[in-house]
Amino acid sequence: MSTLEIRGLQVSVNTDAGAVEILKGVDLTIKSGETHAIMGPNGSGKSTLAYSIAGHPKYSITGGTVTLDGVDLLEMTVDERAKAGLFLAMQYPVEVPGVSVSNFLRTAVTALRGEAPKLRTWTGEVKDAMEALKMDPAFATRNVNEGFSGGEKKRHEIMQLELLKPKIAILDETDSGLDVDALRIVSEGVVRAKEANNLGVLLITHYTRILRYIKPDFVHVFANGKIVEEGGAELAEKLEANGYAEYVGS
Amino acid sequence: MSLLTTNYLTPTGREEAWRFTPLKRLGGLHDGTAKVGDRQSLSYRGSASGVKFERISRELATSPVETDDVVMQRVREGAHNVATLTIAANTEVAETITLSRSAQGLDSAEFSRVRIELGAHARATVIMENTGDAFLAEDVEFVLAPGSNLTFVSLQEWNTGSTHLAKHHAIVDRDASFKSITVTVGGSLVRLLPSVEFIGQGASCELLGVYFATEGQFFEHRMFVDHKVPNAKSRVNYKGALAGQGAHTVWIGDVFIRAAAEGTDTYELNRNLLLSDGARADSVPNLEIETGEIVGAGHASTTGRFDDEQLFYLMSRGIELSDARRLVVRGFFNEIVTEIGDAVIQDRLMDRIDNELAKAGS
Ligand SMILES: Nc1ncnc2c1ncn2[C@@H]1O[C@H](COP(=O)(O)OP(=O)(O)OP(=O)(O)O)[C@@H](O)[C@H]1O
Ligand SMILES: [Mg+2]
Repeated sequence: MSTLEIRGLQVSVNTDAGAVEILKGVDLTIKSGETHAIMGPNGSGKSTLAYSIAGHPKYSITGGTVTLDGVDLLEMTVDERAKAGLFLAMQYPVEVPGVSVSNFLRTAVTALRGEAPKLRTWTGEVKDAMEALKMDPAFATRNVNEGFSGGEKKRHEIMQLELLKPKIAILDETDSGLDVDALRIVSEGVVRAKEANNLGVLLITHYTRILRYIKPDFVHVFANGKIVEEGGAELAEKLEANGYAEYVGS
Repeated sequence: MSLLTTNYLTPTGREEAWRFTPLKRLGGLHDGTAKVGDRQSLSYRGSASGVKFERISRELATSPVETDDVVMQRVREGAHNVATLTIAANTEVAETITLSRSAQGLDSAEFSRVRIELGAHARATVIMENTGDAFLAEDVEFVLAPGSNLTFVSLQEWNTGSTHLAKHHAIVDRDASFKSITVTVGGSLVRLLPSVEFIGQGASCELLGVYFATEGQFFEHRMFVDHKVPNAKSRVNYKGALAGQGAHTVWIGDVFIRAAAEGTDTYELNRNLLLSDGARADSVPNLEIETGEIVGAGHASTTGRFDDEQLFYLMSRGIELSDARRLVVRGFFNEIVTEIGDAVIQDRLMDRIDNELAKAGS
């Protein structure tokens, strides 16, 4: 049983013109097995929340706390947060030229487990994970995200989620850019990861489509750098119908 | 000891060709004050049929072209013979031909001349392994007859304190292709001048290279591709990394498309990764075009630092900063190192690159 606890989180982004405040006090608690959906207009700070929890150097924490099972995440380096059990599926996964997917995965799992996996079983695990996400085995020899289509990048993120077995996963618009079949395949991957490891999920999305596959226990409306409303799955339907007008007015 | 009889023009450092090179660190190779020994450190390993290695005396081995480089002029006059590797026409040499170095020293300079000649439609891969201590000036010539194909790999894995100046000049005839892969990861000062001269239509070349300079090392790679006939194709791609105080690399890519060279297709690229403060990468692509009737001509040059987004992505999967950096640097060089096509050498070079990176503490 794990708990990610975000309290009064304030974050600014470092720009040439100085620091700009983006998150203005976010409170959120995610427990193992729970699925929280965050919906909100473009530019409201959803990715900022995801990145700052994961420790991206571009953001400065100006207030609040983030803990995983009571341990301060904000004091940790990015890799330490992953080792503590955090995973971020990125809205825009990064290309790493010259580094093959198989080398990348092996290095990551070795770092997370503290020892190199047995080659035989690991090769099998990777093969199964790729098959489950209907990825061509040829992806293993390609460079990380290089030349992947938008949808392929997202499948690759969820494949890592299944292989690396975190406690809490933040999925930033994993559904964007997926065709209908890919959406189902990727969603099934998330559901498998939930079932296999009692994963807690923070799912950032613009659409209710994905929520038909991954049923949220809670839906949070995000506007202007904070959570402005909370509810159950029915709130997502309401947002889809009415938009965010009632939340973004000043 | 060789006695030099000619008075050459000693570079002052103001000449275009020498403007980046620290002349003081050449040990007198440029002004004739270097003490020249009688070593012949290059040796040939192999027994493939159709391949001949012999030392031909200077008098019988006139160069097909003049050289305008003063150090090479001294080498041509000073070296007693030319180590000549000949691959007979229509011979396809399956195994790699290795030229390696032994018995060197830093007390006196070696002048070395090498010629590699491929007969028509011959095909071979030659690796020159440069290890140990070097105080070396070397003139390497390649003569590729029509339809021949040569891959030449030169590995500069010198010990600290080594000084190495060399010209690699290829004369490439009709439909022949020349591919060179240059790796410079060791030595105090290395200055290589790879050049290609197309003399027949349909000829092509690919000049690839990687270099990694750490504290105090100076590595210069200065190419010249001379498109003097129609329909030849050239590609240049050099990648370098620098780390540590006083690490300095120079990459110059001169491509000349003469009026007669219609249908030329050329592209050159140099990318540098600056891994710390106090290092300096000079990168100067230079395209001179005398005809508009070409297929394509372009160049690009970039110098950048570690990409924060790449490091963040890797670290967000649990990979430590130092390992993430190693992956990124290996990845950066991978594209070119894999072109060598020899797993043992590739692994050795990647290990060396890891060590350089670790040494630089970045
Ligand atoms: N370097 C920067 N300089 C200035 N503003 C920035 C910078 N980086 C982010 N921002 C701003 O921070 C705000 C929040 O961005 P963020 O990416 O978190 O939004 P989001 O809610 O994820 O949007 P979307 O739904 O479009 O993905 C935006 O207004 C964005 O322009
Ligand atoms: Mg976003």
